[in-house]
Amino acid sequence: MTTETADPVSAVGAVAPAADAGFLQRHGATIEYVLIPGAALVGALALFGIFVALFGKNPLDLYFYMYQGAFGTWFSWQNTLTRAAPLILTALCTALPAQLGMVIIGGEGALLIGALSATSAALALQGMPPLVIQIAMVCAGVIGGGLWIMLSGALRQYRGVNETISSLLLVYIALAILNHLVEGVMRDPASLNKPSTREISAVNMIGTIPGTDVHWGLVFGLVAAVAAYILIYHTVFGFAARVAGGNIRAAKIVGLGVGRLILTICFLAGGAAGLAGMVEVAAVQGRTNANLAAGYGFTGILVAFLARQNPLAIIPVAILLGGISASGGLLQRRLGLPDASVLVLQGIIFVFVLASDALYGRIGFLKGKS
Amino acid sequence: MADGSIGLWTVPLAVLGGAIRVSTPFLFVSLGECITERSGRINLGLEGTLVMGAMSAYGISYLSGSPWLGVLAAGITGAMLGALHAGICSLPRVNDVAVGIALMLFGTGLAFYLGKPLIEPTAPRLPAIDFGWWSDIPQLRAALRVNVLFLIGVALAPILYWAFRTTRWGLLIRTAGESSDAARAMGHSVLLIRLRATMVGGFLAGIGGSFLSLFYPGSWNEGLSSGQGITAVALVIFARWDPLLCLWASLAFGGAAALGPALQSVGVTSGYHLFNAAPYILTLAIMIITCSPKRTLTGAPAELSITR
Repeated sequence: MTTETADPVSAVGAVAPAADAGFLQRHGATIEYVLIPGAALVGALALFGIFVALFGKNPLDLYFYMYQGAFGTWFSWQNTLTRAAPLILTALCTALPAQLGMVIIGGEGALLIGALSATSAALALQGMPPLVIQIAMVCAGVIGGGLWIMLSGALRQYRGVNETISSLLLVYIALAILNHLVEGVMRDPASLNKPSTREISAVNMIGTIPGTDVHWGLVFGLVAAVAAYILIYHTVFGFAARVAGGNIRAAKIVGLGVGRLILTICFLAGGAAGLAGMVEVAAVQGRTNANLAAGYGFTGILVAFLARQNPLAIIPVAILLGGISASGGLLQRRLGLPDASVLVLQGIIFVFVLASDALYGRIGFLKGKS
Repeated sequence: MADGSIGLWTVPLAVLGGAIRVSTPFLFVSLGECITERSGRINLGLEGTLVMGAMSAYGISYLSGSPWLGVLAAGITGAMLGALHAGICSLPRVNDVAVGIALMLFGTGLAFYLGKPLIEPTAPRLPAIDFGWWSDIPQLRAALRVNVLFLIGVALAPILYWAFRTTRWGLLIRTAGESSDAARAMGHSVLLIRLRATMVGGFLAGIGGSFLSLFYPGSWNEGLSSGQGITAVALVIFARWDPLLCLWASLAFGGAAALGPALQSVGVTSGYHLFNAAPYILTLAIMIITCSPKRTLTGAPAELSITR
């Protein structure tokens, strides 16, 4: 990440003053979008270093093992990418509605409902060819998660219920539904200690990308992020969404169907998170149980904010955050840090990134005035 | 009286006991959040504050031997987290909802991190007052073992109700929450009012956390809070930002939370998790019924971002 922050700085220093005065005028905003979150990230890492130093650990060891655990070896890269896959998808659940100016924080709920729907589809279709089952799982996951967040969107549009609160409440309702079904009608009698549904059986799992241990969920995530980017920035629909997000009254005056926009975007957002749930079932867990509530939905919110709600920027940010959580194990083993240190670091990063929002448009040399 | 003879009476007794015991953290967090939201800002980070409060109370009680010092430490920790929230929100263009989510992650993470060594030891717990001495039914006596914090919370609700209506600072908080322009025109700093309101809110939420670790369930572990902080935030909406209604809603939510385990004990096992989700479903239902696209919730502070 240090290289990313260093690049624009050196570019500014080398090119801007003499050779191309218009450079900053044209690219100042883009540079800001990389420089400010990058600086926030570096600041957060520095503060976390001080924090662990207070507990008698060497911060340099910390950074080394974090790098090792996240990106140091091919093994850790694979671990990182596996964790990044659901993060990309749950981040889209916050980033897409953000284009409309909505703050949806219920990705975790859509993930759980998506996982539950996908598992139900797979169990209902047992005996069919694996490809049919896999396609049915994708559809069920997307529709389940999509409808879940669409509910928040519909409540906002037709009842004026705040979408942030309703989506957060729906997380806990989704968790209760999942636990209720998993310990009730959907329970596999053989699962004694950890109530679970029956397994979707190994042939129906989506498997790994050839030559790696990374499952196909990563490709799902990449495709979804690129598709979301194209939808938002290169289609009429996306343009309409951004207009509505910028000024809802202007959008109504020019005759945009704001209700339809909200419902569609919320469905797509929830569908992405639901797909994350499907991926976790079909590539990792093989069944639905309470393990699925691992916090990917909440970390996804952080990813979306760090990526400034840009679907393409979500990809590197999700890999970075996936790396941080992948390094947790190594930090625990080598430095004896508690497993919660990843949570602490995520919290510090989040706080720094949000506080850095105040800096936009205020950095003198990026304003491009000469 | 023999254990079996009260039969199905176990359920209402457990609900009564639950309404008293389980509701206390709800009560403190919701009263704190009520103060914060009345000043025009929402703090979703109180879940993190609650867990941090529980951890620091347990730690200080263990180290000092005095549970009341633990309660104080929990309050101070909560106030500090509140100050952090308010400080970041004072910066321009910062979204208070997102800061709340960040502090929820940060608070729980920090509490788990610092609380790792506290899972093993046993700290002195808060004493209980026995209001059930007149009865010889063990379940009733258990239900009526009341903690002082509960009584303080019950007293606090009408005091806050009164303070919001009549005292100077109550009016200031409401002015900041209804119209920051008006507060500014009167020469008051809205940011300062909100900073204080968020700190007091965090203080109360921290005390709510100390109840979890020092009285009921009365130990420190990472599964201590099952989203009570979030429930309490929802509860404030449910109670329409009225401290007295917060008290009744806390009791109702506490009773509802106790209903699942109580039914389980008499053999009704299904629906346990759905009862646990009852507060969330109720709050959502209330919002659906009382909101409309044309007006916001009645009683909602006008400056509050979530109701606009």
